[in-house]
Amino acid sequence: MLFDDPVFASRLLTLLTLSFHIIYATIGVGVPLFIMIAHWLGIKKNDYHYIMMAKRWARGYLVTVAVGVVTGTIIGLQLSLLWPNFMELAGNIIALPLFMEVFAFFFEAIFLGIYSYTWDRFDQRKHFLLLIPVAIGAGCSALFITIVNSFMNAPQGFDLVDGQLVNANPLLAMFTAAMPTKVSHVLATAYMTAAFMLAAIAAYKLIKGSNHAYHKKALHMTMKIGLVFSIATALIGDFSGKYLAEYQPEKLAVAEWHFETEEAAPLLMYGILDENQEVKYAIKIPFALSILAHGNPTSEVIGLDQFPEEETAPLVTHYFFDLMVTIGVFMIVLALVYWLGTRLSWSFVKANWFRWLIVLGGPLSFLAIEAGWWMAEVGRQPWILRGIMTVDQAATSSDYVGLMFILFAALYLVLGIGTIVVLRRIFKNNPVDLELKRYEAKQGGEEK
Amino acid sequence: MSLEILGISVLWTFLFGYVILGSIDFGAGFFNAYGIISGKQHILSKIIQRYLSPVWEVTNVFFVFFFVGIVGFFPKTAFYFGTILLVPASLAIILMAIRGSYYAFETYGTKGHKGYAFMYGISGLLVPASLSVVLAITEGGFVSIVDGNPVLDYWALFTSPLSWSIVVLALAAVLYISAVFLTWYANKAGDVDATKLMRKYALSWAVPLIIAAGGIIFELSYHNPEHFERILDLGWMFALSAILWLATVWLLWKQKNYGVSVWLLIGQFALAFYAYGISHYPYLLYPHLTIQDGFTNEAMAISLVVVFILGFILLVPSIYLLLKLFLFDKDYVEGNKKKKE
Repeated sequence: MLFDDPVFASRLLTLLTLSFHIIYATIGVGVPLFIMIAHWLGIKKNDYHYIMMAKRWARGYLVTVAVGVVTGTIIGLQLSLLWPNFMELAGNIIALPLFMEVFAFFFEAIFLGIYSYTWDRFDQRKHFLLLIPVAIGAGCSALFITIVNSFMNAPQGFDLVDGQLVNANPLLAMFTAAMPTKVSHVLATAYMTAAFMLAAIAAYKLIKGSNHAYHKKALHMTMKIGLVFSIATALIGDFSGKYLAEYQPEKLAVAEWHFETEEAAPLLMYGILDENQEVKYAIKIPFALSILAHGNPTSEVIGLDQFPEEETAPLVTHYFFDLMVTIGVFMIVLALVYWLGTRLSWSFVKANWFRWLIVLGGPLSFLAIEAGWWMAEVGRQPWILRGIMTVDQAATSSDYVGLMFILFAALYLVLGIGTIVVLRRIFKNNPVDLELKRYEAKQGGEEK
Repeated sequence: MSLEILGISVLWTFLFGYVILGSIDFGAGFFNAYGIISGKQHILSKIIQRYLSPVWEVTNVFFVFFFVGIVGFFPKTAFYFGTILLVPASLAIILMAIRGSYYAFETYGTKGHKGYAFMYGISGLLVPASLSVVLAITEGGFVSIVDGNPVLDYWALFTSPLSWSIVVLALAAVLYISAVFLTWYANKAGDVDATKLMRKYALSWAVPLIIAAGGIIFELSYHNPEHFERILDLGWMFALSAILWLATVWLLWKQKNYGVSVWLLIGQFALAFYAYGISHYPYLLYPHLTIQDGFTNEAMAISLVVVFILGFILLVPSIYLLLKLFLFDKDYVEGNKKKKE
């Protein structure tokens, strides 16, 4: 399959590249906000712990950004290499946000470079200002790329006449129906995931015996912000359901295993399909799908019966949806319990088992991001451009995609291991206690 | 100026930016590795590190600008080049990935493994070599259309003297540009030994560069006579470029005005690069694709130009700040400011 079917191999390689890149992209979009907040808190509270937090997070961030640049460049090129027919068509109408994304990223990269190399050259306040373009650039990168993905789900802004694209309106193509929910969902989940990743690191340090106030501050701050963004994510997710019901009902139906169009539809969670394609062992939440789709418990939800089978996505999409939602809800509960627990001084939020749950929350959040994208992309099959072009029509005719898959898989393995090794080395060789002591000694010296 | 000319000029300018910045970067990596082997590393590595650290991502973005821009302005290139370049472009990008990430790992992580520096140096030559092959492909003769899809003849490409002379030129250009720039940078940093060494490298790559450039024009007269004719029409630009080359070499020889010689070098390459680009007109890929056939619709072209201008207004001050802090800041260049904690 891999070596004799360019379409299959192209899909697999794109899956691989995107699944790898999204980890770095999520960190890339999410973490600058936290560096910024930490730096700002440090100035405002006059607490050098927070300044140190900004400094250390920025140091790790630089490594992930570097790999993100590399994987981002790869996916940018692979769009044309693997899907030349798609890019030929899409280039006519959706090239604008792609172009804008490069500017946004460029802007971010310049200021990140300056920020990282000028800790000694500016005073704290001026240095903080450099973070604003970094965070804006990162957010805009996500905005523009997600606009492109939204277009693939709800293409508009042109007419097709005999296979030729005419009357192109690039601005209209950017502001599709899918865009508001998709962009806000991507941004909110990036901030949420970054928060829980940083919280996981702090919790891990606390479990491992460091009782430093530094880690407690980091944990507290990131969990609180994580709570806000996880709730925001859930709310936006609800809007996404309503968008899908209206504009891509086949995607909603496949994600929910909603086979028959009906009123007062229940929401299925989990379950399996038996050999007769009957759902077994699922949890049925009455009326919930109608509420998700239209905000009304008795409303009608379109099922898969309304679509020809060859135009609907594989049913595995349902599991991606389950995984994403389950983790999302788990993270809200976890962060909420943590927040209430610290306010009402429940002692168990400081227990190791609870902190282990927070540690687990880091990788789980990334898994949810992956599941969300798998649902978004697999759920759009067979289309690459919904209703207009299928992945079969879009893929390259070149024979060597399978071989390239193996090369890129090896590359990502090296990059992934390299990232982990380098990050460990950076922080192990320079633990926070030592760095804080050095800082205190230096400050003390200056005051005398 | 028509929109397609404007579009290709913008893209060609990005590519030129990448050629200059990328060459400095690639060549520096090579000189660094060469220095380790020949035991002169202590002379070069500081200078090279100090320049490269803050700017490598910026260099990379020029490349991304080019390939994102060309699909925007000329969507048909995605179909033609996307299909035929799967293997060469994938290999180039894997090498770039190894290079970029290992560079970052090394800089932000911990110092030094010799094997790595060696890999880094070698990939610095392989990347421009594999990218420059694309220029050979655009000259035509290596691509045929089978069942409506373009197919690349790898064997013809691999055995063509034209593609090899383009590769040689790319390598000579990388080493020459890099050496001239680093001569100036080392001199500015007041590092006498490094200046001397880089000046020596610059002078020794100057002649191979011109021979390789002449070789390509000679090869083209057989491979693509139509393009060759157009090159002769633009002979004055190439002649002017050669004069600037002479002036650069003369200044290096006389050991003065290294700053001026960098500008002369940029002028030399700009003239040759744009003259080559103009003579390539109207073809993006001989003889299958012209810039008129491949051009996007008017609405997209205008929006891209508008975004480009807006983006430029945003970026120029930012780049100026970057250069001011790291390239033109005397204390930083001399290493008097700590690079990072």
